[in-house]
Amino acid sequence: MAEPLLAVRGVKTYYGSIMALKGVDLAVHEGEIVTLIGANGAGKSTLMMTICGNPRAREGRIVFDGRDITALPTHEIARLRIAQSPEGRRIFGRMTVLENLQMGMVAAGRDADPAELDRVLAFFPRLAERIGQRGGTLSGGEQQMLAIARALMSRPRLLLLDEPSLGLAPLIAQAIFDIVRELNRSRGLTVFLVEQNAFHALKLAHRAYVMVNGTITMTGSGRELLERPEVKAAYLEGGRREAATTGH
Amino acid sequence: MALRAARDAAIWGGVALAVFVPLIGLQAVQDIRGELRLDTRWPLLVVLVAMVVGGSLVNSLLIAPWRERRGRRVPHENAALARAAAAFGRWFPPFAVGFVIVFPFLALWLTGMQGSVKWIDNFGIQILIYVMLGFGLNIVVGLAGLLDLGYVAFYAVGAYAYALLAKEFGFSFFTLLPLAGILAAFWGIILGFPVLRLRGDYLAIVTLAFGEIIRLVLINWVPVTNGYAGISGIPRPTFFGIPFNASDEGFAAVFGLEFSPIYRGIFLYYIILALALLTAFVTVRLRRLPIGRAWEALREDEIACRSLGIDTTTTKLTAFAIGAMFGGFAGSFFAARQGFISPESFTFMESATIVAIVVLGGMGSQIGVAVAAVAMIGGTELLRELDVLKEVFGREFDPTQYRMLLFGFAMVLIMIWKPRGLISSRAPSVFLKERKAVAGSLVKEGHG
Repeated sequence: MAEPLLAVRGVKTYYGSIMALKGVDLAVHEGEIVTLIGANGAGKSTLMMTICGNPRAREGRIVFDGRDITALPTHEIARLRIAQSPEGRRIFGRMTVLENLQMGMVAAGRDADPAELDRVLAFFPRLAERIGQRGGTLSGGEQQMLAIARALMSRPRLLLLDEPSLGLAPLIAQAIFDIVRELNRSRGLTVFLVEQNAFHALKLAHRAYVMVNGTITMTGSGRELLERPEVKAAYLEGGRREAATTGH
Repeated sequence: MALRAARDAAIWGGVALAVFVPLIGLQAVQDIRGELRLDTRWPLLVVLVAMVVGGSLVNSLLIAPWRERRGRRVPHENAALARAAAAFGRWFPPFAVGFVIVFPFLALWLTGMQGSVKWIDNFGIQILIYVMLGFGLNIVVGLAGLLDLGYVAFYAVGAYAYALLAKEFGFSFFTLLPLAGILAAFWGIILGFPVLRLRGDYLAIVTLAFGEIIRLVLINWVPVTNGYAGISGIPRPTFFGIPFNASDEGFAAVFGLEFSPIYRGIFLYYIILALALLTAFVTVRLRRLPIGRAWEALREDEIACRSLGIDTTTTKLTAFAIGAMFGGFAGSFFAARQGFISPESFTFMESATIVAIVVLGGMGSQIGVAVAAVAMIGGTELLRELDVLKEVFGREFDPTQYRMLLFGFAMVLIMIWKPRGLISSRAPSVFLKERKAVAGSLVKEGHG
């Protein structure tokens, strides 16, 4: 198998003296959608943030495209075209949608392509409608779309999505997952997705990891994990019921 | 309702009476033999308590119901009002700039040679110095969102840089102006480094301490700064080498005019006006550049900035440096105008005033800052003129002694009325013009 685009090897991350990640191994290959599921406090977001260098891994290595990025500052990691749609969206509330999107181009540096705006807006027509509106006045779903669109503006090689369905109605969450699938299919975008909404995330993913208490306990293709009884018991019953009501 | 209003007024009156009897009603005075005697000031006490009771009645009978009605009213689009507001927004800035350009001549024409000194010097120049300081601090506080309570430090650095270099080496004002700016920017970076990781309250405390450190250094480094005594005899700016004095080579003599200090005043007025306009212009341009947008993004969310590839270190340092540079310009102008500087001009009160101007004006708004500077500085200058108050409070009443009280009162009122500052709306720095049509066509195929 080819060298993975992103490789996380034996990463341990601490908050003070508390070990949050207890040696995580994980790989994302070019063109894949990889999902990490797990309960609250399992360390999913910590892993996502460790990849971005804040907090830093105290042990282990993170390798992106053959380059060790473990010790790089966050903004330099972003300039390697690892774009992040962070947990809680973190859009710029007082700036307009357009200004938010333009901030996303910073990471592309000199390669920034103004035409990217039209291509990104084609995926998010709702944002095109609201282009001059302040980010803070958007609805939750629109803000999530803006966070993803902003991350896409640098034409990332890897998109990190942290809980994009958080706090959204099932239909809106579904629409966002559809957009991610479409981005992967049409542009070959590599996606690493962290989700609590296990059912949708596993359906979307090519491969998936399950994290419990800071360690990876299971891995396999999305479909395989969907069928595993222990995954069903721990993460899916709620997801199933919710999916039944939205018609999936 | 009237009953409740009366009850509230009675409670407030009681509280005011209890507080004011020892504070105002009774006064310890030394008589001729040097003995302390207790004096009473009942009339003044009655006036003040009556003011409190009256204020309470006005609030509960007029203001509170009005606020409630306004809160309940369903907002409706008032096209005429919106048009008027838009027209005001478009025409006010050029009109205001035009006014400040003709202001000295207007003052000359209306009040004559003697009377206009007050208007041009005390009002015009004084206000413009604070407008300029407000614009400079606006970059740091309003755009980058870094609360800096020690801005006066850069003002002081600029002032002392000009004063010392001009006295020691005899460089002219216009040579030293950029140099003072660069020095202040350098100190901005020095302050910036240790506070890079701080935000909000913690940043405010450290910058406040920085302002005090600079002031204490100025006081104690006597061989260089001459301590409390300050530096006097600072060279004044000249008009292309022609000094403003009564000599034969002076401005008035060269241009065949009768000597008057007003020429220097007008000249200084235009220098500070040019500097303030330059600051405003640079700020407007910077906002449209990537660095300006990065400042604003930094104000909104620092973590998001970093994850988007913005180097927050350089972004913060440039904000501090550029803000400090304009503070330094203003400082060297101040030194050149006064001809004398001492650490007393650079106390925390100055920093607080500048921060108040920026906050009252609405963070990030140029017009708001300018209007707030006019109101705050012009307002305190105007208090000197108010002889009417003497009729009310007695002969020895000096309104300027109460200016901090009125100042605070006005700020409380503005913060109730407009909690986000006079001009709180933020103008976007980029617009789509031709792309509207594209966006429209995208919507139709939409699935979001």
